[in-house]
Amino acid sequence: MAVFTIIRSAINLGSAFLFGCTGETITEKSGHLNLGIPGVMCMGALGGCRGVALYMKGTDPANINGLLLLLSAMLFCIIYAGATGAIYAFLTVGLRCNQNVTGLTVTTFGIGCSKYFIKSVNTANFNYASESLSRLFPFSSKMNAFWQIFFGQGSLVYIAILIALITAYVFKKTRVGLKLRAVGENPAAADAAGVNVTKYKYCAILIGSAVAGLGGLFYIMDFLHGSWEYDVDSIGWLSVALVIFTLWKPDLGILGSFLFGALRILPTYISFLPRDIAGLLPYVVTVVVLIVTSVLDSKENQPPAALGLAYFREDR
Amino acid sequence: MDKEIALEMRGVSKYFGSVTANKNVDLKVYKGEILAVLGENGSGKTTLMNMISGIYFPDEGQTFVNGEEAVIRSPQDAFKHKIGMIHQHFKLVDVFTAAQNIVLGVKNEPKPIDESKNAFLRFFAKIGRKMESGLYKKKEVAAQVKEIADKYGFEIDPKKKIYDMSVSEKQTVEIVKVLYRGANVLILDEPTAVLTPQETEKLFAVLRKMKEDGKSIIIITHKLNEVLAISDRVAVLRKGESVGEIATKDADENKLTELMVGKKVELNIERSLPQNPADRLVIKGLNLKNHDGVKVLDNVSFTAKSGEILGIAGIAGSGQKELLEAIAGLQRLESGDMIFHNPKKDKPVTFFHKDLHRVKELAKAGAFRYENGETVDFTGKSDKEIKELVNDGKVLFKEDEIIDLKDKTPLQIRELGIRLSFVPEDRLGMGLVGNMDIVDNMMLRSYRKGKSVFLDRGKPGKLADEIIEELEVVTPSAHTPVRKLSGGNVQKVLVGREIASAPKVLMAAYPVRGLDINSSYTIYNLLNKQKENGAAVIFVGEDLDVLIELCDRILVIGSGKVTGIVDGRNANKSEIGLLMTKTEGMDENGVESVKEAVNE
Repeated sequence: MAVFTIIRSAINLGSAFLFGCTGETITEKSGHLNLGIPGVMCMGALGGCRGVALYMKGTDPANINGLLLLLSAMLFCIIYAGATGAIYAFLTVGLRCNQNVTGLTVTTFGIGCSKYFIKSVNTANFNYASESLSRLFPFSSKMNAFWQIFFGQGSLVYIAILIALITAYVFKKTRVGLKLRAVGENPAAADAAGVNVTKYKYCAILIGSAVAGLGGLFYIMDFLHGSWEYDVDSIGWLSVALVIFTLWKPDLGILGSFLFGALRILPTYISFLPRDIAGLLPYVVTVVVLIVTSVLDSKENQPPAALGLAYFREDR
Repeated sequence: MDKEIALEMRGVSKYFGSVTANKNVDLKVYKGEILAVLGENGSGKTTLMNMISGIYFPDEGQTFVNGEEAVIRSPQDAFKHKIGMIHQHFKLVDVFTAAQNIVLGVKNEPKPIDESKNAFLRFFAKIGRKMESGLYKKKEVAAQVKEIADKYGFEIDPKKKIYDMSVSEKQTVEIVKVLYRGANVLILDEPTAVLTPQETEKLFAVLRKMKEDGKSIIIITHKLNEVLAISDRVAVLRKGESVGEIATKDADENKLTELMVGKKVELNIERSLPQNPADRLVIKGLNLKNHDGVKVLDNVSFTAKSGEILGIAGIAGSGQKELLEAIAGLQRLESGDMIFHNPKKDKPVTFFHKDLHRVKELAKAGAFRYENGETVDFTGKSDKEIKELVNDGKVLFKEDEIIDLKDKTPLQIRELGIRLSFVPEDRLGMGLVGNMDIVDNMMLRSYRKGKSVFLDRGKPGKLADEIIEELEVVTPSAHTPVRKLSGGNVQKVLVGREIASAPKVLMAAYPVRGLDINSSYTIYNLLNKQKENGAAVIFVGEDLDVLIELCDRILVIGSGKVTGIVDGRNANKSEIGLLMTKTEGMDENGVESVKEAVNE
């Protein structure tokens, strides 16, 4: 039975990675390496908490409307994360700044900003709110551990999987996905083919940031049950690594993030490895994947060709 | 003329900072006509075309499409006016299939809905159709692509990925892409620069079909014979300004060149007889496999002599590149010998390349003589005495020095005076760093000679200025990043640098690739000058006419084998063409087999 419990919490934590990974993948497909994702997730978490606090103010903790609470949390989370992403987008697309430097700056900004402003958020009734957010189907609490894997999750877990599936479908099957991939692979070619490169870059970065921000909200409100005892940014860094691990494929991202979730919580269940060493496991697997893909030298499983490069049409 | 004007530009100018790319240019093209735009490298042809296709926006002037003024701010605008451009450097996404590249960015109109249904159902049907139109359907697109391909006689596989394609296939995708968007004006920027003669013929057949279909075609090319073969009218640009238009039927090569350059130009190559040819580079039984284990050089043997130009002819990718790289020390040989005869006979020994130990060894072997002819014998002499003798220049080489290149590093080979200048298809790929200026690119070859930790830009700067002046490189200054120069000028810098080192063996591969006719002849004359200076010149070229005119001997290579060596003075094109497609190697007496091949 313990195995099922581990799987349930692996999927649970994995969803935080999944949001971050899907968001970063969307961004990277447009040719922008957003190292600001950890910061964006912190800001998303802050925004989400604001939304929860706003709803909880004047609401009886015993009588929570789960849908309204979720919508309020998500709305504020998306606004905060999107605004943080917009800073990155304006600097890298509009002003063509170096993406790495900008991303790291945004991360530093997001971590500091969220830590400072979370103090001003009234977290009094967060445990009640978290209870509502972390269980979509109330009847599941009576089920056994196996069925808890599928039905005992919070609504954001299902949303994460849904977003990843939709993203994968858009990339593979639609013209919008085709255009976005072209922008990331060869912006000059996309431009010459009549794609509005700037528009696609802005949209991808903003949508990607909003999605990633939900990961922060989920981590605080669902996984940590409303407390800020662990740093959100460590989830963000793992999400960036996860993008490489899943070869820029959002559907593979679902499995990858569950695996990362398992690797991350495993140290609490096993005793033969020191905790800090075991915490390295996700990074070790990422490195292994990097080595394997570079040895295979496949043209398909590579990062978008123009990743990290600024595009200016009249450049000579 | 009673023909309708499809596109017209009036008084168009474009400036890049202090550089004027185009000034007050007028251009018009009629429907159902092929217009050739001609001009030297850097005369602003590509910039002008980029303004038509929306990559650049003109600083001054107007554009008219079908008689109405059109403002073209982006490629989308150009497509709206049914203008499409096939760029010299293809704008394709490598990991996409041909079909994906072709439909990229094209709006798919939703299918019309059945109006008879009630409003409620219509609303959902509309959304459904709209979403459906956003999908990318492989089969539908493949069918559409095939329709266009059949109409104009293209061969194209919609499912093939771009990275698996040859240059000519990629070009086909580019053209179909433009046609798929319904373009009526097609602009082709140097489409033939990377094609074989056969592929060029195929392309021209397609272009003629499009012309019959009423489309207007603007083509940029440096090859005058192609201009004469395909176009109806020629517009000439010089230094960014339009200097004239001429109907192709009234033009010939000399007239066009004169218009382009602005003065009469002698279009012939002076080929002198080789002066005291001596073996310089002896290649024996070279075998080489590439990364995939495919044999690219198969038992290649030849001799390059001093004071002559050895041409290498062959279909692109027959092993020319690998052969030159092997000589330069950049490839790992499977077997074979490369013997370099260093011209040292009667020249004094120096300690520049040889240390004392090596000099003593060579003296023991009897390789040196004194001025009176007596063999040098160092026995009994102290190190100090030997050093003095050598430094006074009293010790001379008896014979040319024989050096096996097999166990030398690329750097050592270069120090010996064997220089390679290779111009790849993308021109910037080998030998130059795009973001560095001309001076720093000169230094790539000489920075090792510096004694202090600081760079000395004096000499390279002077060299850069010399090359700019002598080869007429169009650049704002010697400190402009190389990638900002136009293609032809980049090449002059590359070839100029290698020639400037006064090499003993000069290998030049495709040095005139994409160069205008005037610059091409400048390069030919430079090669000739090297030959007269006693260098062994190896010249890999695409244009058989030039090879026959320039080279003393022509080595023909076919799928990695030497299929024949012919005398440049008595060679003809069909003979070389036959050898190029031959697959068996040459027998012992190469020239004989040539005659047989021709007789067949």
